[in-house]
Amino acid sequence: MSIQKEIKWKRLPLSTNYAVAYAVKDLDVDVVAAYPITPQTTVVEKISEFIANGELDAEMIHVESEHSALSATVGASAAGARAFTATASQGLELMHEILHIASGLRMPVVMSVATRALSAPISIWNDYSDLMNARDASWVTLIVASAQEAYDTIVQAYKIAESPDVMLPVMVAYDGYIMSHTYEPVLVPEDPSIVLEFAPKNYNRLRLDPDRPMTFGTIANPDWYYEFKYQQVVAMKNAYRKAIEVDKEFGKVFGRSYGILETCCLDDADVVVLTYGGLYGTFLEAIRKMRENGVKVGAARLRLWRPFPAEDVVRELGGAKMLVVVDRAISYGAQISGPVAMEVMNAFYGDPDAPSIMSVVVGIGQRTVTSYTVREIVDYAFRVLERGRVPRETLYWGVRGVKYE
Amino acid sequence: MSSQAKAKKRYFKTIPQIPRIELFAPGHGLCAGCTAGTIVRHLLKAAGPNTILVEATGCVEVSTTLYPYTSWRIPWLHLAFENASAAASGVEAAIKVLKRKGVLDPNKPINIVVLGGDGGTYDIGFQSLSGMLERGHNVMYVLYDNEAYMNTGIQRSGGTPKYAWTTTTPAGKVWPGNLRNKKPIAEIVAAHRIPYVATANPAYPLDMLNKFKRGLEVEGPSFVHVLQPCPTGWRFDPRYGIKIARLATETGMWINWELDHGEFDVTVPVKRRKPVREYLKMQGRFKHLTDEQIREIQRMVDEEVERINKMVGREVIGPVEA
Repeated sequence: MSIQKEIKWKRLPLSTNYAVAYAVKDLDVDVVAAYPITPQTTVVEKISEFIANGELDAEMIHVESEHSALSATVGASAAGARAFTATASQGLELMHEILHIASGLRMPVVMSVATRALSAPISIWNDYSDLMNARDASWVTLIVASAQEAYDTIVQAYKIAESPDVMLPVMVAYDGYIMSHTYEPVLVPEDPSIVLEFAPKNYNRLRLDPDRPMTFGTIANPDWYYEFKYQQVVAMKNAYRKAIEVDKEFGKVFGRSYGILETCCLDDADVVVLTYGGLYGTFLEAIRKMRENGVKVGAARLRLWRPFPAEDVVRELGGAKMLVVVDRAISYGAQISGPVAMEVMNAFYGDPDAPSIMSVVVGIGQRTVTSYTVREIVDYAFRVLERGRVPRETLYWGVRGVKYE
Repeated sequence: MSSQAKAKKRYFKTIPQIPRIELFAPGHGLCAGCTAGTIVRHLLKAAGPNTILVEATGCVEVSTTLYPYTSWRIPWLHLAFENASAAASGVEAAIKVLKRKGVLDPNKPINIVVLGGDGGTYDIGFQSLSGMLERGHNVMYVLYDNEAYMNTGIQRSGGTPKYAWTTTTPAGKVWPGNLRNKKPIAEIVAAHRIPYVATANPAYPLDMLNKFKRGLEVEGPSFVHVLQPCPTGWRFDPRYGIKIARLATETGMWINWELDHGEFDVTVPVKRRKPVREYLKMQGRFKHLTDEQIREIQRMVDEEVERINKMVGREVIGPVEA
């Protein structure tokens, strides 16, 4: 499209954290409330620099906890501001109560999550335990795979969140450290007004306004509570359509779009490996090499986690003989304990033509995953296909003392 | 400076001067005789319609906003129990930046008020309160203190006085009721060195209204701690709420003071105190007290009165009447 050519780009070396901060600046966010936690901190440090230098006109609230960070963000949103926060790991856990209140109050706040393992033992390294714990909080959740995509997705996130038929908070997640602290070239528009044009603010939404007094955050008894919650179900359904629509629109304006389920090399693939986040790059590298050697393997990346794009997963990945879902979080005590694997199995439930589905957990507490690991998993998947007996439990790949032959 | 400042602070001198505006609608579900309704009604009279109120979970929250009804004729927000101050910080920051960006009229003042009970202030909301005070948000925090978790059924809080019966500090063979003294919350708040801290009592409505008004007027955070007799939790006949509130001040159990930019004063002096027994005997929560325990409470109050008189520099609270 023509507009795309008119945009002048700056090519900056940015970590994913910094890319998020640039997006927040270009979106002219009004209020930021955040508390430091590794590996999220540099997002807020960069935003603070922008505010300190007058590059962003926003109020920064240096709150005393993550619980207050999200509370203040929701308060600011209720008063009509475009509000942002960022966190990770224990911080997201401390926010948990307010996650549900943000969505229940239908506040269009956006939060970035540099995903990190959960205590105990304390680990500052990456996995997706924190994000997956927030699964049922009624937040639209996108998981990105590059710094550029993080910038672009924060922009998309506000457009999704603030659209009148959604009005839900949005989380944009990415690998802590692996992405949050590694630098990549990122295209940022020289004139950020194009970003605000794409995602304009809507100050006319319902807000705390003395001229139109409204009560936000009421108590609801059994005669009404259910209707509130059902409206969130409907809003989530709308968010699915909106996420696709906004990404397409973004592509038309900015020349980049991602879809909600990215795929590679699916033609004639017997085994398809599905994962999420920055790890996808490692998967692509491994799978392309295997393709060169004639292995019929494909890859897919889940970008929209909530609402879960079940139909897309079935349509895009249903042609494989085996689907390997690689998670970086554990739902303890579940037979299939990979959160995304559960969801994929659910999507195929009752489908007589469904592929075999295998759940694999890797990278817990950032246990190293290389392209060699990917090859091992794919090789194992082919052996399972030959043997015809698909494991009925999750495989814990790469943990001491556990081997799968 | 002090005489002028004090003259300025008396916004309401007589009852007819109290604004007639009613922003707290009738039909709420507070208990019969609950003095929280009295406090909130007067709070909104002092604050007026250009006010956003953020409320912590508690009695007033649940009994005034049962969907699809509301008692609030001003914009009102509730998130959770422990975070009203944080939510209000966000509201205040938003109003500030939206005025700066011209989205809101920069010349229209908007009051931001937090309302919290003792549980939401002394205990679970203390961290977010301290953060809000330290950051200097232009918010007035009003604490209605009924001295226990009344909303969940009269459990002990950090604001429960010594020897009071609650459902989690029952008076039994081993326990004499609550074992600890009430936490001096207003003084802890004052230690944040915010512009204005006061204690008030609904039996003295003009004093209370003037304090609300002053709290809203100062630049930066302010805190007004209001005693709120609770017929259900304190175990008294609903008609006696204000009488008990007055007795609290007349016995010295509750002293109405203010700390305005570092200047301390007692705003309701008491020439001759009544014995604390008169306050205690009207409430079922103290009915198990022995004479010795009542004497102990009397000694505690005597010491507190002496301390306050020293702070003021003269005898503002007199001795117990003979």
